[in-house]
Amino acid sequence: MINRRRLLILAGAAGASTIAAPFVRPSWAQSNTLKIGLLLPSSGTYAPLGEAITRAVELYAKQQEGKLAGRDIVFVKVDDASEPAKATENTTKLISGEKVDVLVGTVHSGVAMAMAKIAREDGLPTLVPNAGVDALTRGACAPNIFRTSFGNGQIGDATGQAMLKAGIKRAVTVTWKYAAGEEMVGGFKKAFIAGGGEIIKDITLPFPDVEFQSILAEVGSLKPDAVYSFFAGGGALKFIKDYAGARLNERIPLWGPGFLTDGIEKAAGSAGDGVKTALHYVESLDNPENKKFSEEFMAAYKVTPDVYAVQGWDAMQLLRIGLEAVGGDTKKRPEMLVAMRNASFDSPRGPFKLGPSHNPIQNFYLRELRGGENKLIGIAAEKLAGDTTGCKMT
Amino acid sequence: MSLVLVQILNGLQYGLLLFLAASGLTLVFGILGVINLAHGSFYMLGAYLAVTLTAQFGDIFVALAVGIPLAFLFGAAIEWLFIRHLYKRDHLQQVLLTFALILVFREVQQTLWGNHPLSIPTPSYLSSSIALTPDLGYPVYRFALMAICVALALAMMFVIQRTRVGRLIRAAESNPEMVEALGYDSRILYRMVFAAGVTLAAAAGILAAPIESAYPGIGDRVLIISFVIVVVGGIGSIRGAFLGSLLIGLADAFGKVFVPEFSSVLIYAVMALILVVRPSGLFGRA
Repeated sequence: MINRRRLLILAGAAGASTIAAPFVRPSWAQSNTLKIGLLLPSSGTYAPLGEAITRAVELYAKQQEGKLAGRDIVFVKVDDASEPAKATENTTKLISGEKVDVLVGTVHSGVAMAMAKIAREDGLPTLVPNAGVDALTRGACAPNIFRTSFGNGQIGDATGQAMLKAGIKRAVTVTWKYAAGEEMVGGFKKAFIAGGGEIIKDITLPFPDVEFQSILAEVGSLKPDAVYSFFAGGGALKFIKDYAGARLNERIPLWGPGFLTDGIEKAAGSAGDGVKTALHYVESLDNPENKKFSEEFMAAYKVTPDVYAVQGWDAMQLLRIGLEAVGGDTKKRPEMLVAMRNASFDSPRGPFKLGPSHNPIQNFYLRELRGGENKLIGIAAEKLAGDTTGCKMT
Repeated sequence: MSLVLVQILNGLQYGLLLFLAASGLTLVFGILGVINLAHGSFYMLGAYLAVTLTAQFGDIFVALAVGIPLAFLFGAAIEWLFIRHLYKRDHLQQVLLTFALILVFREVQQTLWGNHPLSIPTPSYLSSSIALTPDLGYPVYRFALMAICVALALAMMFVIQRTRVGRLIRAAESNPEMVEALGYDSRILYRMVFAAGVTLAAAAGILAAPIESAYPGIGDRVLIISFVIVVVGGIGSIRGAFLGSLLIGLADAFGKVFVPEFSSVLIYAVMALILVVRPSGLFGRA
């Protein structure tokens, strides 16, 4: 029988216990929950990428029985919608509002740059599971920011090396006139020219123009050995189809960074046959870690994991190494950051370790699109570090 | 065949497709006086409709035949639900409502078809290429597309210039009260005009689908360029839209190759130039 007095006593006791809680625990113990902020898109164009990363991160947590270095994982999710305009507000919400212990984000490079600016000032351990903007591990690098994905220029670099190996001497580049395109082409040109290749012409279109007929006519008249191109999504699909429609694919091989064919393998159909790309992950990679990861991911979500899932998975692997080095005590920030900086582990993509600017040193694989699938045909570049120019770790 | 001739072909083909989209906008704008920002969304819905219908019937032309009446009915329904309330209101309210429609249609697209680009096979009998130069082919489907666009343009001009319905539409544009007095219901007339505008945009989207694929935001650029064409050609003028489309298509094709760094602003430069010479467009009434 609960009467009013009993209720009061109960409420008082409950209140007292919550107030007293911090004083009861030994002073060295912190709250045993580990708050991981996930700044990822769950709406907008990049929502599928955000979902893949989230799934991998949650799968990893589940496998660790919800704990990292003895602390209970709590995810705090914020949808950044891939909108740079809201990036500062969303990042602040997680860092100052939610007071997360670590931050994982994000997909869109513009959002990532705004996020990194705040994270850098705060010093919070931050892991970037996708955004490829070069500056993040060059001019805007920071001791507390770690990338588990790739740099745009790095992929271009790898593709350039693969093209040189294939005996290509003269190339034309085609991309949209926007940051990602310029970086993917920039990294490619640097490697290609350094290896003795010649760029006949750089063709750019205003973003997101997809009227390619005119430039295809030009490519045909320039007669290069190969075309290096970067477009994404619908634009990439249309470019590949128009390229085949103009019959250029019969004479001039089409190359590009892996993201040229990402997500459009099936839709491209026979038009995509023969397109060669370089990427740091291929689903069919034969290593124990990838086999295990693919099976577990498949069991949990009924789909094969993609490159984004791998990047999310590795963000958790890296975080675990950092946390275990300090016994889960995120207050020991400097030691944690050093441990993460020096981490090396087996990723589904192959051996993973970070370079001096906290961008992964990793293998890039050469793939050829055939029958709606990117087939592994070789190594584009081994243990490639990418450009770290302009990075000062202070 | 030199690069210049190939570019003329590219420009004409692009221009003809733009004409299909822009003519619908100029009809609605010129006759109903409604600024329809959702015009590009109807193009987008056409492209996605093509994906679904082609999967169902296996051929883009069957999809077109089924899609046109569907688009007409859909357009009529949208007019009855929303647009008819806008005729007597100012442009700002029209912009507000049609912009809201853009957001709604975008959500509909994401819910029904998702965010991944979807592609549509060109019909097998049109999937070959004709060799224009030893090292450049031109897809047969694009030639077919040009032929269809020309046929539709001629049919539209015939309807507006030579038929009773066309006369009524032209009359309703200049003097709706007189048309009413003669016993015609201008509300039905307006509904048909709006539905025709939607149908033209959707037809352009359906026809473009095999070469464009369908992806989010496909209609955005179409909307902007359609407005440019309407302004260049003169508001309400089908002939103006036709010439304006070809002009913009050619400017785009040549700009990309001969002045690439200037190409993104070229069509707007063309527009500005024409407006300086003829402030109400090529065939606009001053």
